[in-house]
Amino acid sequence: MEAATHQVSSGGRPRLGRSPASRLPDRALRYGLTALSVAVLALLAYFFVKLAVESRLVFEEEGVLSYVFANNWNVADSIYGALPLVVGTLITSALALLFGVPVAVAVALFLTELCPRKLRGSLTIVVDLLAAVPSVVYGLWAFYFLIPKLKPVEQWFADTFHFLPFVAIGSVPGPNYFIAGLVLAIMLLPIVCAISREVLATVPANLKEASLGLGMTRWEMIRISMLPYARRGIVGASMLGLGRAIGETIAVTIVIGDSPTLGHSIFGQGYTLAAVIANEFNEAAANPLHKSALIAAGLVLFVLTLLVNSIARFAVMRSERQSGRPIAGGGGL
Amino acid sequence: MNPQPTDATGEAAPETTTGGRPQNVPVVTEDGAAGTPNRPAPGGRQVALSDLSAYYGDHRAVKEVNVSFSAGEVTAIIGPSGCGKSTMVRCINRMHEEIDGARAEGQVLIGETDLYGPDVDVVAVRRAVGMVFQRPNPFPTMSIYDNVAAGLRFTGAPRSEIDARVTDALKAAGLWEEVKDRLDKHGSGLSGGQQQRLCIARALAVEPEVLLMDEPCSALDPVATLKIEELIGELKERVTIVIVTHNMQQAARVADTTVFMLDGELVEVGSTHKLFTTPEDERTERYVSGKFG
Repeated sequence: MEAATHQVSSGGRPRLGRSPASRLPDRALRYGLTALSVAVLALLAYFFVKLAVESRLVFEEEGVLSYVFANNWNVADSIYGALPLVVGTLITSALALLFGVPVAVAVALFLTELCPRKLRGSLTIVVDLLAAVPSVVYGLWAFYFLIPKLKPVEQWFADTFHFLPFVAIGSVPGPNYFIAGLVLAIMLLPIVCAISREVLATVPANLKEASLGLGMTRWEMIRISMLPYARRGIVGASMLGLGRAIGETIAVTIVIGDSPTLGHSIFGQGYTLAAVIANEFNEAAANPLHKSALIAAGLVLFVLTLLVNSIARFAVMRSERQSGRPIAGGGGL
Repeated sequence: MNPQPTDATGEAAPETTTGGRPQNVPVVTEDGAAGTPNRPAPGGRQVALSDLSAYYGDHRAVKEVNVSFSAGEVTAIIGPSGCGKSTMVRCINRMHEEIDGARAEGQVLIGETDLYGPDVDVVAVRRAVGMVFQRPNPFPTMSIYDNVAAGLRFTGAPRSEIDARVTDALKAAGLWEEVKDRLDKHGSGLSGGQQQRLCIARALAVEPEVLLMDEPCSALDPVATLKIEELIGELKERVTIVIVTHNMQQAARVADTTVFMLDGELVEVGSTHKLFTTPEDERTERYVSGKFG
């Protein structure tokens, strides 16, 4: 007892205090992490400002609105209207979501609900591995193998269902919006699937039992208990997938046809913002206006991504409010 | 009956587990003989378990239980935690097998039909044997009406019939007066007790013949518990009720017959009064008098 008191006082430390040195790690952690977070935000702001500044030239030349909404991208005549690129980006991304998300959610459901436990681990890894394939490889594969195989099918579909909007086209070109959407769908599948799987795994067991206990089939249980509960997470997963689809460059460049015109059919050739940058940055180096136009394409891509994300978030929030919040899971009553 | 030394109790125990309960086995055959293919009279149907064992992987949680639950009665199952009472009840509507690696052996007879028979569809079983769970689990994104109608939704019943059944079920669950003006509101806005009665209504709407309740009041306050217990008394006119409870007072209040389980074995079955006052098995006596568990 005496010895202890003596030790404390000789250390010059009050009983309930701590030496400044021992408090240092706490402080370092706090300031260090804060600094890193601020740096990330600063980087984002810097990109935005830099892109805006560098694209001023083309905006002054064309006007902001007509840059974004004019349907004419003609490098030879120095006319830069990015509408075909914006539309191409939106169409391919939308197609990718349309094809990719249902498959991803279906695979996630299979892995969480139906897959025998022994297979679950290995199958999960295989699906995740889809994300490890470099995008240029997907592009190559699609260009050399998918396009020739699908072309007759696309032609048949376009001829048979020519009365549907945005389907009819005389002769289906090899690379087109549809193929690009398909390739993007494969690329966003692992991301959307992985997150959907995590979300579906959090559906409380008692909610699933509620359906099964009423004599519902497995599919009815999925519809009634699981999908409504997991909806928010699945939308979030789709948004992450969309982020990848909007920004994906090289695979799309290979399979979209690189034609800066507005296609009238999903089987038409097109271009995307990302693809145009990848294709033209080299030749634009010597032409300030062209260079500025490409940087502006980057800015539009940036804003587009932000916009799509905010809209999706807003939509989810609104539907949550309308349908009421799920009962807080876990926790005693 | 006869408080004898350990010898007698040692003999009584294996007798129960091997199905040698003279009081119960005849009841099963009686029902089998009287079992009609038609819809039973109000009061539900008798359920008989025959050599029922339930496993989690290699672990046997329920060991060759033989017991029958009479129609028009409330049977309570008591026993300490982990004695297999919930598992046993979950075998009656085949919910047990939903758990990875879980399976059951033996027979569960409703009338003459073995629920584990080869031609039996598990979905149909769960329509005939409803279940109310430990924690109220209404569908959070659905309205009160839709919650009760959930089990009818895929049966193709016409709207008018669904309306009638929802109303009837809510009345039977004693919830109608409280929610009739807000059927389109979310079930999650109700109190815990109301939510549990909503779950009871939801189960009743499918018109089951047996209603299993797995500690239905363990998440509720005493007032809500009392309401549910009163409700159980009324509902036994309608369905056969099997209730799992770890609360012996609750068993004493609601049940006509009580079953005591220990370590996966059925130790004793008897009228509730008898089981709590003059149990035959020493272990039952020690449990109901609070010496363990």
